[in-house]
Amino acid sequence: MSAFLASYADLLISVVKVLAVMLVLLTTVAYLSWFERKVVAHMQSRWGPERVGPYGLVQPLADGAKFLFKEDPTPEGVDRFVYFFAPFLALALAMSTIAVIPLGPGQLEIFGHRTWFSVAEVDLSLLVVFALTALSVYGVALAGWASNSKYPLLGGLRSSAQMLSYELSMTMSVVGIVLMTNTFSLRQIVEAQRGGHGGLQHWFFLSQFLGFVCFSISAVAETNRAPFDLVEAEQELVGGFHTEYASFKFAMFFMAEYAAMVTVSLMVSVLFFGGYLSPFPDTPAFHWTWYLPAASALAGGAALFFNGIRYHTPQGRMVLPVIALVLIGVGVLCALPAVIGVIQGPFWLAAKVFVLLFTYVWLRGTLPRLRYDQLMNFGWKFLLPLSLANVLLTSLLLARSFSS
Amino acid sequence: MTPELILFFVLAGVALAGAINLIVQTHPIHSALSLIVVMVALAGIYLLLGAELLAAVQIIVYAGAIMVLFVFTIMLLNAGEEERTSWSRAATWVGIPLAVLLTVVLGWRMAQSGPVPVLAAETGSVSRRLSELLFTSYVFPFELTSILILVAILGAVVLAKRDF
Repeated sequence: MSAFLASYADLLISVVKVLAVMLVLLTTVAYLSWFERKVVAHMQSRWGPERVGPYGLVQPLADGAKFLFKEDPTPEGVDRFVYFFAPFLALALAMSTIAVIPLGPGQLEIFGHRTWFSVAEVDLSLLVVFALTALSVYGVALAGWASNSKYPLLGGLRSSAQMLSYELSMTMSVVGIVLMTNTFSLRQIVEAQRGGHGGLQHWFFLSQFLGFVCFSISAVAETNRAPFDLVEAEQELVGGFHTEYASFKFAMFFMAEYAAMVTVSLMVSVLFFGGYLSPFPDTPAFHWTWYLPAASALAGGAALFFNGIRYHTPQGRMVLPVIALVLIGVGVLCALPAVIGVIQGPFWLAAKVFVLLFTYVWLRGTLPRLRYDQLMNFGWKFLLPLSLANVLLTSLLLARSFSS
Repeated sequence: MTPELILFFVLAGVALAGAINLIVQTHPIHSALSLIVVMVALAGIYLLLGAELLAAVQIIVYAGAIMVLFVFTIMLLNAGEEERTSWSRAATWVGIPLAVLLTVVLGWRMAQSGPVPVLAAETGSVSRRLSELLFTSYVFPFELTSILILVAILGAVVLAKRDF
């Protein structure tokens, strides 16, 4: 048995890594819907979900169960194979991008085996991400076409046109970074942002500000989110490309959208905000920042505990303190010497992704939807020239620094 | 059999099945989807050969950009099922022998030629080597292709703007 384990250790570690990342991603996707509803509700002076469990925390599970057990009618005249295939394609492509994103620095050592701190370490990971993004158009376009219905078709066509247009400026806006770092590897791009002693002054959102603006705007458009969510403009298109989908197939499109949000936030933090790097310099004066993961978990746990024991339902008074105690336990765990080094990378990456996801929801709560011609004009006449100008500017500056 | 060989046969099988399905299917969208399957399977074979850049470009350009336009056009034109006419029957009778002939000629040539020496990328990464070649030895064909594409884009714009 142990010989078997030793010979297949790499495979086993890979499987464990895939399962762990999938678990985290799926939980994030489920609770992102809760988070979005809650945040948008509070921005609009409402309460949001609060009936199922304390603070509505069981709402994602209730939604999932509802989607599973709902009737799933297939409309007449659909193209059966494509109709069933499209949601799978959308979800699979949206969830596989996370595999190439570096989640922490260097290599991990598990029972004497060294493995990279990411699901798959690819030299051309940036290109892999763009390849998966390029394919993700199909999920939406095919769903719209296969439904054999006018509004979904219009929604699908709109989305493919939009995703194609914004994919261009998204790809062009990263060229500046590739020129500066001379690599397609996301891990090396992150390491290039470390500078001498670390610290956030080396992050690319400063030196590649134009690229950052272009990338983040076109990333929002690429994921079909507000204010670029014309694909599902209710007034014009009923529900857009997923009008004819019900039950779990609809849920899969929903999950694909949220998974795409998570991966895009990961990409923005990796490319422009130093990925897993800490914003504090790597000097002895800043050693106390190593305890920030533990401190934030402890503070969150304490706040939840004191709010929990005063919650207005008896069930909440029972459940919330338990969750708080678990959080405090995690906090204590993060302060242990064996864990504290490993947790730094994932903690900072997760913190950046959380802030970006909040911004996503904030945008949706703030901005009205663009009109279709405005969307196309903005993409082709503003964003694309801007990203091209960024490429030109970056190469001119680099050429000057080489010659001097 | 090494794992690479098994993977090669799986990918080659997928590519072949996709190619046959592309011809057999009567609906244009299904044919286009089969073509995408062929391209993705080919990208997998490039990966097996160690040509990672080529695989990524294959998916981004062919499976991503070009095939999206194909699918887009088919969807916009609302093309229906293919119809069989007397011409298509004639095409079958001429086409199958020609395809067999092509396969035989190609297979014969490949069997005659020995193993091709693999250009190992000793200096730097493959993408660096490729860009060096592209901007030194092959700069003229590269620029020529760019101008050709530019002319094609201008032509498309002129055609689209005609009715204004």
